[in-house]
Amino acid sequence: MKQASSVLTALSALSALSLFSGSTSSVVAQQASTLTVFAAASLTEPFSRLGKSFEAAHPGTTVRFNFTGSQQLVLQLQQGAKADVFASADERWMQAAKDSGLVEGDPALFTRNELVVIVPVANPAGIKRLQDLSRSGVKLVIAAEAVPVGHYTREMLAKLSSQPGFGSKYGQQVLANVASYEENVKGVVAKVQLGEADAGVVYRSDATGSVASQVTTLEIPEPANVIASYPIAVVRGAASPELAKAFVELVQSAAGQESLKKAGFMAVQPAAQPSQ
Amino acid sequence: MKLLRTIAVRALVGLAVGGLGFLLVLPVVSLLLRTPAGELLTRLGRPEIRQALLLSLETSLLATALVLLLGLPAAYLLASRQFPGKRIVEVLFDLPMVMPPTVAGLILLLTFGRAGLLGKSLGVWGVSLPFTTAAVVVAQAFMAAPFFLGPVRAGFTTVEHRYREVAATLGAGEFYSFFRVMLPLSLPSVLAGTAMACARALGEFGATITFAGNLPGVTQTMPLAVYVEMQNDLEAAITLSVLLILLSFGLLLALRYGQSRVR
Repeated sequence: MKQASSVLTALSALSALSLFSGSTSSVVAQQASTLTVFAAASLTEPFSRLGKSFEAAHPGTTVRFNFTGSQQLVLQLQQGAKADVFASADERWMQAAKDSGLVEGDPALFTRNELVVIVPVANPAGIKRLQDLSRSGVKLVIAAEAVPVGHYTREMLAKLSSQPGFGSKYGQQVLANVASYEENVKGVVAKVQLGEADAGVVYRSDATGSVASQVTTLEIPEPANVIASYPIAVVRGAASPELAKAFVELVQSAAGQESLKKAGFMAVQPAAQPSQ
Repeated sequence: MKLLRTIAVRALVGLAVGGLGFLLVLPVVSLLLRTPAGELLTRLGRPEIRQALLLSLETSLLATALVLLLGLPAAYLLASRQFPGKRIVEVLFDLPMVMPPTVAGLILLLTFGRAGLLGKSLGVWGVSLPFTTAAVVVAQAFMAAPFFLGPVRAGFTTVEHRYREVAATLGAGEFYSFFRVMLPLSLPSVLAGTAMACARALGEFGATITFAGNLPGVTQTMPLAVYVEMQNDLEAAITLSVLLILLSFGLLLALRYGQSRVR
């Protein structure tokens, strides 16, 4: 009996060992064919689609995404997270990644986006124009300052404050109406979609697809709008640099650009865009 | 052979305990080593840290009071009564303990949110819960309640029937015997449940940020501030983390001492 139990212990120890070695070897095997892409939350829809076509073009390759606020992604990379590609929603956080030696070579700008204001279809606060956002009692949800879209939002509000018809206090009054600072743009979208917020500031690309039917979009006049530029780069020490490079090329290719355009993004150089 | 086995078993147990210590204690030690105590005190004066600290204390105490108020009768009924579907009720009450906090936040929104099941009627009265400090309390109470109900229900169950029966034969009503017999006899469990609920409320993050949002001074409790400050000011995030850990540690330690004294 005693012997049996000691045999059992030995066996379980052995199996634990084999389990451990088994898992490590499979991780190594997987790494060769898994591409990990860290991308800004606003890229969720187009990148997920591009990931599928990338997998189709590279049989045996799995593309894994980590979508969240660019600031979170840089933080994770700084803390040693393993990734192959990093796509940021602003140049500030790409620069931070570069300064920390986290990316290879020079990042390439691959798409642009602009801000819009979204309100729930039911429009509980009766927001018809941008001026209404400064009315007291409006529940506005925007992204935190560290999040690219939150930074752009503040820039846009400052610009609007110097526009005729808004008043110099406009930005301040709007910020006083903030009910919550979300950690990524999708958090803002969700609060408006659920009808909890009276309004939110997001990218144009966020108000497309399934969201479009649940929100009303208010345009921001061009001189006050802020254009977000998205840089992409291969992460230093990428497990599969060739695949990473191929993914970056796919994003920049005609097919990639088409996918982004469909999701509401804008081409990098509007002047160079061929007329269709 | 026998000696060898004893040594092997002891070695394995030692390894396991060491491993657990490594996993649970080392992160706390490394956090404390990172922050000199003097600096911690000066950082306490910073408005954003003090604001989060005060808000956390306020909301978690209110949430604990709410849980105590609503949970005590429920725990007593569950411990003293049999009724059809009791198991299901018990599981439902335990559910928040294993529910992902973001799910809790979402279902709270779907219930108390402006477009929610109950929120719609609340709106008629001009009450809107999301994005308010009250929403933080609700989220914390939701997540903390099972941590109170569990030990308190168990405590009430262990008070023997005959004590209550004796109280009853002496003419004590149920209300009287609850406060004079049940509660004093199960005080250690009630204390344990209260402290656990308070600690859980203090650490609440996911349900809070989903249901109540994130606004400094209104809904940004310490755990939320840690998350946000990690991107802005790592030192502030570390200070808040140290505070949170010290508070939770103090709470659980006080509970241990309190329990041994009551016993």
